[in-house]
Amino acid sequence: MLKTFKLGGVHPPENKFSAGKKIEQLPIPKTVTIPIGQHIGAPAQIIVKRGDEVKVGQVIAKAGGFVSANIHSSVSGKVKKLDETVDGSGYRRPSVVIDVEGDEWLDTIDKSDTFDKEIKLSAEEITKKVMENGIVGLGGATFPTHVKLSVPAGKNVSYLIINAVECEPYLTADHQLMLEKGDEIFLGTQLLMKALGVTEAIIGIENNKPDAISHLENLAKKYSGIKIQGLKVKYPQGGEKQLIKALINREVPSGGLPLDVGCVVQNVGTAFAVYEAVQKNKPLLERVVSVTGKSVKTPINLMVRIGTATSELVEAAGGLPEDSGKVVSGGPMMGKAMADLTTPIAKGSSGVLIFRNEEAGREKIHPCIRCANCVSVCPMGLEPYLLMTLTEKHDYDRVESERALDCIECGSCSYTCPSTRPLLDYIRLGKSTVSKIIRSRKQ
Amino acid sequence: MNKFKVSLSPHVHSGNSVNKVMYGVIIALLPALFVSVYYFGLGAIKVTLVAIAASVFFEYLFQRFMIKGESTIGDGSAILTGLLLAFNLPSSFPIWMIIVGSLVAIGIGKMSFGGLGNNPFNPALVGRVFLLISFPVDMTNWPKPQELVFSLVDADSGATPLALLKEKVGNGETVANALKDIPSYFDSFIGQVGGSLGEVSAAALIIGGIYMLMKKIISWHIPVSMIGSIAVLQAIFFLINPDKFADPAFHLLTGGILLGAIFMATDMVTSPMTPKGQIVFGVGIGLLTVFIRNFGAYPEGVSFAILIMNSLVPLINKSFTPKRFGEEVTNG
Ligand code: SF4
Ligand code: SF4
Repeated sequence: MLKTFKLGGVHPPENKFSAGKKIEQLPIPKTVTIPIGQHIGAPAQIIVKRGDEVKVGQVIAKAGGFVSANIHSSVSGKVKKLDETVDGSGYRRPSVVIDVEGDEWLDTIDKSDTFDKEIKLSAEEITKKVMENGIVGLGGATFPTHVKLSVPAGKNVSYLIINAVECEPYLTADHQLMLEKGDEIFLGTQLLMKALGVTEAIIGIENNKPDAISHLENLAKKYSGIKIQGLKVKYPQGGEKQLIKALINREVPSGGLPLDVGCVVQNVGTAFAVYEAVQKNKPLLERVVSVTGKSVKTPINLMVRIGTATSELVEAAGGLPEDSGKVVSGGPMMGKAMADLTTPIAKGSSGVLIFRNEEAGREKIHPCIRCANCVSVCPMGLEPYLLMTLTEKHDYDRVESERALDCIECGSCSYTCPSTRPLLDYIRLGKSTVSKIIRSRKQ
Repeated sequence: MNKFKVSLSPHVHSGNSVNKVMYGVIIALLPALFVSVYYFGLGAIKVTLVAIAASVFFEYLFQRFMIKGESTIGDGSAILTGLLLAFNLPSSFPIWMIIVGSLVAIGIGKMSFGGLGNNPFNPALVGRVFLLISFPVDMTNWPKPQELVFSLVDADSGATPLALLKEKVGNGETVANALKDIPSYFDSFIGQVGGSLGEVSAAALIIGGIYMLMKKIISWHIPVSMIGSIAVLQAIFFLINPDKFADPAFHLLTGGILLGAIFMATDMVTSPMTPKGQIVFGVGIGLLTVFIRNFGAYPEGVSFAILIMNSLVPLINKSFTPKRFGEEVTNG
């Protein structure tokens, strides 16, 4: 039986143009610009300097703390310069620019494609490998994976949940990965289970990917403890809290973590990366990216080295369409618009989405007609119209008491508002102001 | 290198708009409009056109000279207010009074609060109640419906069933006696009963309601809770004293309860935001309506009941917040 979460949600058109397209290896570019600070948490510290020779897989920036991640060179060649670039998140960040020479890998890495199904390492060793190899959540949130695997004392994990929902319209990277790397994903899941010490894992997939569901269901027979659960299509089912609710009917409390209800959630792409990190000792240096959009000539799924400029991906998809008005890193609901195509691919880039001119603008803002659409679609049970008004009035005490910090920024409210009010823009502002107030209160 | 538009997510929109919402309601009103034209002829057309034209005109004036913003007449809300006002008037209503009613509806009911979205009261009802208090005779005398009489000369006119009931029971007659001349329930259902334009056919109103439910313009909570509470409370009164109180079916099919429940109480601007709040609102209207009808000075209580509950909406919204995610503790 298909499951889903109860509260709110929307059904934007899926537009999965790149579905079913085989993952193609994008040729290694001439230079890469590797942003440092591709993850949530402390930025990594750069340990190379201009002129250094680097190999594929070599650490170029060391994790700047526990909640941080190593960053590796995705190519071999010479460090051209240390720079600052605007990455997919829209912020300026330090970056390492490398001129590519050849494709020489560290010899500790197993480059081969052979499937290595024997788990040799202990739980601690798995977590260590994951940490060393710079694995972060690939669903977009880029939270360092080893942190999620280090369960604090007193917390009990009963389920590992693999997020294979890919609820964002347009994106197909995870879908294709499931079709092509099923065994690797299962093994990665087993590694994660071992690291967490759990015996049960659930892979949640929306039923707009029936081929992936049946493929994984077939494979699941070979792997004990892993269940595939089909889900009714509804955005934002890929939100951690919504997915947990849909799969095991537990609600993560306000301000809480999945751990509070005995779960750890990992993205399906992360499971694959964990497989490579542990079984092949391969750092996170490439990922699958969908390049798509209504005018894109050949929507495509690409395996891309981290640091590749967006323009290279766009070329591979048939070039930038004439009528392009906006380019987004990620999906249409939560992705970030980029200023130009020099933006490098980072660990969290799941897609390059090109909008036509006529799709790029926003409609005129009308007064709120109190239709309550925003309230009924909010998956967190908030009142977006109210949060916007309170933020406009600078009434931050009430912004806080009306639980703005619960907002997962899914965008369902803005998506549905007939008055095209920029609800989420204001709620973000309200949230960040409230966070600042809370921080200053603590001091 | 190209420069692109940069804005925050989400980057897509449902395509829903104020226009679509307003015209959706207008479309839902069309079946009832056709029925009223069928029975009341040119009079119905006249009242409707005048009310719409006057409402749009006043919306334009107020927006232009008072609020001084961009013209809002394109959003369809003024047309809707005019249409709803017309639905609350008898087809014989004098033109100048319609214009005054539109002025009150748009000017006082809506624009004085700052325009669409800011008005606490349903503008069409503000207009209607103003007219009811100012011109009670013209407001409660209705031409009897006749099929396809296209004449502006008044056809037979008479009091509405509710007014008849109020008057006769007030004079000491029994309900059965008072109502012996009124049309059967079936007639009321398809449209054979004296009343305002929009009260004439229950079936047409229900079709419109179903359309709005399907288009997700309204939800079931307000109409169902309102109608349900009227039925239950009136049934209790009826069982206690059938000579003094009419049965619930009579009440439900007369005097704008359906028009009120489906089109007036559901006005999104002036009704609560959450399902729970909407049920409280609907039940409140239902109970008030029954009390006003049975014990009040006016035969017809829906408009007053809705306006009273309109004023409580901010309070209801504060008290009935949505179910927040994370409140349901299910650790099993
Ligand atoms: S308020 Fe936040 S969580 Fe709710 S719909 Fe809007 S963006 Fe999503
Ligand atoms: S969806 Fe838009 S118009 Fe409707 S209540 Fe929310 S903010 Fe107001």
